[in-house]
Amino acid sequence: MTGLVGATVAEMRAALAAGETSALELAEAHIAAAEAAAPLNGYITVTPEAARRQAAASDARRARGEARVLDGIPVAVKDLFCTEGVRTTAASRSLEGFVPPYESAVTEKLFAAGAVMCGKANLDEFAMGSSTVTSRFGVTHNPWRRRGDDRPLVPGGSSGGSAALVAARAVPLALGTDTGGSIRQPAAFCGVVGLKPTYGRCSRWGIVAFASSLDQAGPIARTVRDAALALGAIAGYDPRDSTSANRPAPDYETALAGGARGLKIGVPGEYRIDGMPDEIEALWARGAAWLREAGAEIREVALPHTEYALPTYYVIAPAEASSNLARYDGVRYGLRVPGGDPIDQYERTRGAGFGAEARRRIAIGAYVLSAGYYDAYYLRAQRVRALVARDFARAFKDVDLILTPTCPFAAFPVGERMDDPVAMYLNDVFTVPSSLAGLPAISVPAGLSESGPPLGLQLIGRPFDEETVLRGAAALEAAAEFREPPYFSVAAP
Amino acid sequence: MLDETAVRRIAQLARIRVPDDEIERLSGELSGILGWIEKLREVDIEGVEPMTGAVDTGLRERPDAVTDGGYAERILANAPETAGGHFVVPRVVE
Repeated sequence: MTGLVGATVAEMRAALAAGETSALELAEAHIAAAEAAAPLNGYITVTPEAARRQAAASDARRARGEARVLDGIPVAVKDLFCTEGVRTTAASRSLEGFVPPYESAVTEKLFAAGAVMCGKANLDEFAMGSSTVTSRFGVTHNPWRRRGDDRPLVPGGSSGGSAALVAARAVPLALGTDTGGSIRQPAAFCGVVGLKPTYGRCSRWGIVAFASSLDQAGPIARTVRDAALALGAIAGYDPRDSTSANRPAPDYETALAGGARGLKIGVPGEYRIDGMPDEIEALWARGAAWLREAGAEIREVALPHTEYALPTYYVIAPAEASSNLARYDGVRYGLRVPGGDPIDQYERTRGAGFGAEARRRIAIGAYVLSAGYYDAYYLRAQRVRALVARDFARAFKDVDLILTPTCPFAAFPVGERMDDPVAMYLNDVFTVPSSLAGLPAISVPAGLSESGPPLGLQLIGRPFDEETVLRGAAALEAAAEFREPPYFSVAAP
Repeated sequence: MLDETAVRRIAQLARIRVPDDEIERLSGELSGILGWIEKLREVDIEGVEPMTGAVDTGLRERPDAVTDGGYAERILANAPETAGGHFVVPRVVE
């Protein structure tokens, strides 16, 4: 039943429940879809045998009347989640040959909910990047193109494979991770929905660590409802992650029915940055108008430390990365380049294992943590981070949600913004502040840019209030009526 | 700004071998990033406590009991070199 390639998670669930298709049939169709999507290079590893095995188990559960919330739904998993018995690369040479002997907490929950994994999706090396160009497995192409221009566009990043596969209809749902925007920015670039939950909502156990005080797992899907369903499946307490929040995960799908009526929504003037294109400004104003028409009240809010969030992030995230990535020593797993003594071996192994961006970030991190610079850079950044978080806490006394563009521009051609690392970092200027504050945030596709590819709007919520974020997102989605198919899709037209 | 000596020292701290012909380029890139980060000096941080985590969670306690382990062979399975149930590293003591 290839007709179901291109359906949403909710539609597939209904078809499965009605007996119109089976998990195995869906798995076969999406194994074929993965092959058809190969030109995008969205997958690092395809897992057809695992998919068939999980699908058969899913059909057996359904036959016994024990179907679960995502039973039989094909998914892609960012290759940053450890998957038992399936190679996990983090898109780095450092993890060459690594096959995890354990399952990450979030994929364990996803599979326990019945999802069927079709493969491991491409990403920036160690999730460090905003365009999936730093993967050692090559760049993923965005299924969208500019009008009258056949150059491939970046899918955003770091969860670029996940977003591109969902946009191209190769899967209805994918897992990503977000440290400074790595779910929301690629979702915006590819015209899909990307949800970063509150820090602590989903367990980090078994995710290859980048910046531990920021990393958070979340879903990428085509609809807000599908993202809500997926969040319900992967959220929850895990004693193996010391920062996992010990609080129950609500029924997010039910929360959607709440609508936007009566919500107070803030618009922060500080996000009107120099050089922002008019079309982004217009999209933002349109988003505010849609929410007002849906019964929300729009207010100006102040987030005065916004301009310092990005440089703060580029101290804290590299510092944590340099510490986390110290584990790649060539001794216990991954690449080893033999050397004369242990230090020589570490240096050779790490010199060969890390790509240019990972190397830059580890170097920055080592520098800002080193004696004589720690106070001036790292401690100062941690204190500015507190101010960024305080801005949000104050704003959320007056409003329930904050509306911003997801990104200051649309997807750009592969190869652009490569000469200056700081130019690439600007991708995340609107997503990083909420990451520093640990807040839940979502990107919803809201229209097309003048050049062609889609644009997203972001809603940011209070800690652990994903329900209100989803309510606002559903209102934006309903008003935007974003239905355009991308240039490249594996679904039948 | 970082000169080449400083970059070599950072690379050594990070235990990353950087070929000589890449030092100059890396020096330029790192200097660019650090120059941009200098913007943080404008912020008045007097009396602000550093934020170390995204949410206020105290460290949890649990009973001091073994909860995991007993599968050395699975842990060693990914090692580049093992011998007799151990990881193998280059000789450290002559």
